[in-house]
Amino acid sequence: MELYELTALELAGQLRAGAVTQAEAIAAAAGRIAACQPGNNAFITVADSPAPAPALSASPLAGVPMAYKDNLCTRGMRTTCASKILGDFTPCYDATAVERLTAAGAVSMGKLNLDEFAMGSTCETSCYGPAKNPWDLTRSPGGSSGGAAAAVAAGEVWYAIGSDTGGSIRQPAAHCGVTGMKPTYGSVSRYGLVAYASSLDQLGPIARSAADCAAVLELIRGRDPRDATSLDLPAGGLLCALTGDVRGRRIGLPAECFGGALEPEVAAAVRAAAGVLRARGAVVEECSLPLLDYAVPAYYILACAEASSNLARFDGVKYGWRAEGCGSLEELYRRTRTEGFGPEVKKRILLGTFVLSADCYDSYYKKALQARARLKAAFDAVFQRYDLLLTPVAPTTAPRLGEGLADPLSLYLSDIYTVPANLAGLPALSMPCGFDRSGLPIGAQLIGPALGDLAVLDAAHAYQQETDWHRRHPDTPAAAKGGDAL
Amino acid sequence: MNWETVIGLETHVELATKSKIFCACTTAFGGAPNTHCCPVCTGMPGALPVLNGKVVEYAVRAAMALGCTVTRYSRFDRKNYFYPDLPKAYQISQLYLPIGRDGTVEAGGRTVGIHELHMEEDAGKLIHDPWTEQTKIDYNRCGVPLIEIVTEPGFRTAEEVVSYLEWLRETLQYLGVSDCKMQEGSLRCDVNLSVRPAGSDTLGTRTELKNLSSFKAIRRAIGYEARRQIERLEAGGRVVQETRRWDENKDASYPMRSKEDAQDYRYFPEPDLPPLELSEAYIQALRASQPELAAAKRARYQAVWGLGSYDAEMLTSQKALARFFEETVALGAEPKQAANWLMGPVLAQLSAHGLEARDMALTPPTLARLIQLVKEGRLNRNTAVRVCEAVFETDGDADAYVAAHGLAQVSDAGLVAQVVEQVLSANEKSVADYRSGKEKAFGFLVGQVMRQLRGQAAPAVVRQVLLEQLAEQ
Amino acid sequence: MNITEARIDHLSDLARLSLPGGEKEEIARELERILDYMAVLDGLDTAGAEPLSHVFPLKNVLRPDETAPSADRASLLAGAPAADGESFLVPKAVE
Repeated sequence: MELYELTALELAGQLRAGAVTQAEAIAAAAGRIAACQPGNNAFITVADSPAPAPALSASPLAGVPMAYKDNLCTRGMRTTCASKILGDFTPCYDATAVERLTAAGAVSMGKLNLDEFAMGSTCETSCYGPAKNPWDLTRSPGGSSGGAAAAVAAGEVWYAIGSDTGGSIRQPAAHCGVTGMKPTYGSVSRYGLVAYASSLDQLGPIARSAADCAAVLELIRGRDPRDATSLDLPAGGLLCALTGDVRGRRIGLPAECFGGALEPEVAAAVRAAAGVLRARGAVVEECSLPLLDYAVPAYYILACAEASSNLARFDGVKYGWRAEGCGSLEELYRRTRTEGFGPEVKKRILLGTFVLSADCYDSYYKKALQARARLKAAFDAVFQRYDLLLTPVAPTTAPRLGEGLADPLSLYLSDIYTVPANLAGLPALSMPCGFDRSGLPIGAQLIGPALGDLAVLDAAHAYQQETDWHRRHPDTPAAAKGGDAL
Repeated sequence: MNWETVIGLETHVELATKSKIFCACTTAFGGAPNTHCCPVCTGMPGALPVLNGKVVEYAVRAAMALGCTVTRYSRFDRKNYFYPDLPKAYQISQLYLPIGRDGTVEAGGRTVGIHELHMEEDAGKLIHDPWTEQTKIDYNRCGVPLIEIVTEPGFRTAEEVVSYLEWLRETLQYLGVSDCKMQEGSLRCDVNLSVRPAGSDTLGTRTELKNLSSFKAIRRAIGYEARRQIERLEAGGRVVQETRRWDENKDASYPMRSKEDAQDYRYFPEPDLPPLELSEAYIQALRASQPELAAAKRARYQAVWGLGSYDAEMLTSQKALARFFEETVALGAEPKQAANWLMGPVLAQLSAHGLEARDMALTPPTLARLIQLVKEGRLNRNTAVRVCEAVFETDGDADAYVAAHGLAQVSDAGLVAQVVEQVLSANEKSVADYRSGKEKAFGFLVGQVMRQLRGQAAPAVVRQVLLEQLAEQ
Repeated sequence: MNITEARIDHLSDLARLSLPGGEKEEIARELERILDYMAVLDGLDTAGAEPLSHVFPLKNVLRPDETAPSADRASLLAGAPAADGESFLVPKAVE
């Protein structure tokens, strides 16, 4: 087995045992990156000389090469958000998650490609060119954490940190056949994450397994005095608590998630995943999650509104790129923002500005906040009867490059399964559960109640004891066959 | 036609916390540009605000002192607009649920309603450089905590406005929540003014006046604007709703570039800050520990210690002076003595050194000691004043100074008698004058004795001994 | 939902984003489509629902009134497109 086919925990184990040295691990990552980058463009910035972890610490992931989505501030390394408007902005501070991982011995290989300012579902709005799906380089890896999912899938790094506002960790994880998790809102400090939609954004891990995700998550979560929305959570307590035991767990399959534009192959793979969990003792049955149709419009209203405010600070005054030759302040603002932002970002800013306008506030923004309250209540009711929900992650597998952008509205609608967890602040994870006839990965989503992150990870861990979808690799002959849905 | 002027005020007050409202940078005034800043107050990507608990406490205290209802559940909102002194391009303020509402203030003979009081962050400073046609931005002031106090349009004259501001300044100083120095910008006032025919119920169109940096400017701007509006209306025109900038040099106001028509601040709840839910216990604890305000002190000084109203006014003119007075009395000094000392020698010294009461080195124990020494007859008052001046700058030890300079009052009756004898024998003419009824001669003789004793004798004792010896002869 | 050109212009002003003539029309139509879709929300009964701006019931998150060293000025100004060693610079702002 190649080093890059190991999980992060397995690699860490080998590093601790001395079977692999730190230098070898870094060299392996660098080698993979050099080989894959021209094809999949997963990275925006590759670290020149990745710093090895200082004397392997006791952390379970010490010494493992990884990378950060490029909307996370990294001190001394350029942070672009895949946008022209940030230029070569180099923060003088680390995001809290970066600080914590560095302290735990993470070795950063660089910054990963994304949709500009995390706005998108295909990683095609990046000003550095799209990232591509390692399973089929003519296709999108998903978005907005497309580069992160691609890099992990291709074996360039053993895990990555992405951000998820409407599905941006889970959907690319599904399209790339890897495991990705968005924890309960507030679990991970947002300090240093360039904000898209403050009440929806969360950081989370993308890796080869749920166990890996648990190991990463417990290193980065917990109260941060610099983020007033961060939760007081105990240190650790995830990895060691994984049992893989789902006997008696009540898992609901919301009927509303299995209709409409959902591709039959995707539906079949997710139902098969339900079968695996049932075989391991979980009680799996159909349930109802009402109000699902309202989630996408509510999400886009709230996300665009908050984004229009969060992105107002990019004005060419304090950092980043500034349009040349501006004779007045107004020209400076206008030209910098017009020329510095891409079309999708500008559209969302205008949409957000619209829904916050004085004459629209009540019927759009306030209405969306109320819809959010009702959706949260609907989830609370469902979680009275069920421990977890199992749904698809996206209606289709990875689209071809260029296809997604053709019809923006359809693209927004494809977020139908992922945005509800962001609106309600719930933990949700995407795990590989098969391939379609074209050999493209399919993901299944587990959603838990607030603070139910362990239950979500454990159910995924149980599933991954029984299956090996999550270990498939695009370069490995067995996976190239495709069409292996159970 | 008789016109009535209707005025409302929006006052911004900088709170005297050590750190800024949303980050731990210092709020200290001055400082080289951009040296009191961090990623949070300069709006760097990924930076987040965290609320300073002291700001909430000060805002609640201010709200209470203004008679407001304290909002139990309040929140912050974002006010979105572009201006270079606002690094995030939004100001975190409170629109929907301000921390204080519906208060009342009585000042200058008028009762004015307080519409609301809310917390918000200050913006940075812009310095226009005429040579380079550039604007320099200094974010030091960005994030300094402010409370904004909005009154109802309840004022009718400039004097009422000034009385209210004086009351406000004194009150906020006494609460300890702000030093309210207009010249340093910790108290800023915008005036909203309209006019209407006397007796009318409806409000006229108002204008907003900005850049009023002193009470004098406020008076003049109000006068100018009322006249301007009246003249225009009497000529058949209309008042345009606009913001006008007061120019002190030209003694006139000019319309500012109107951003109003296009401006829509698109307020929405600040997602980065959880809401505030103030408990009954919290409110009661603050109420119970609310500092005593100047008016209450004045009443107390007169009622309990029999001071006159003028004295009470003087002593409470500065919070530090009032506190000094109370501490001196607490150490045993007789209140009227303490009052006289403070209003006399101490204030004189403050003036001579160009200091405010809060900045002086002299402490209540030292003053109390001086008062005690005089009371015991160990020091006469004139000498005591000299000692006070000497120890004022460093709060030196009064007893040590007295001993070092041999200033202790001579009470030794024997020594006094000796000196009196000498003086009487050396001044026979004066003695004779006295005996022949010239009162002034007595004073002269007292003076001579005091001179011999280098002023360090109790005048009463000297007079006593003189009278005795004169009677004997 | 009808988005007029005047509306687009107003939004552009508020957001300090210019849309060149040709794009304006296109953006307006796209926004209309998206907003029409969002009208789906009108079908949701939200009477009595409290607008949920904070999804987790946190409250009273406060920090003590203590100062910490500020950032080094040079680092703050390092990324500035225009600075003079002391301040950030912009073309003169009209009052």
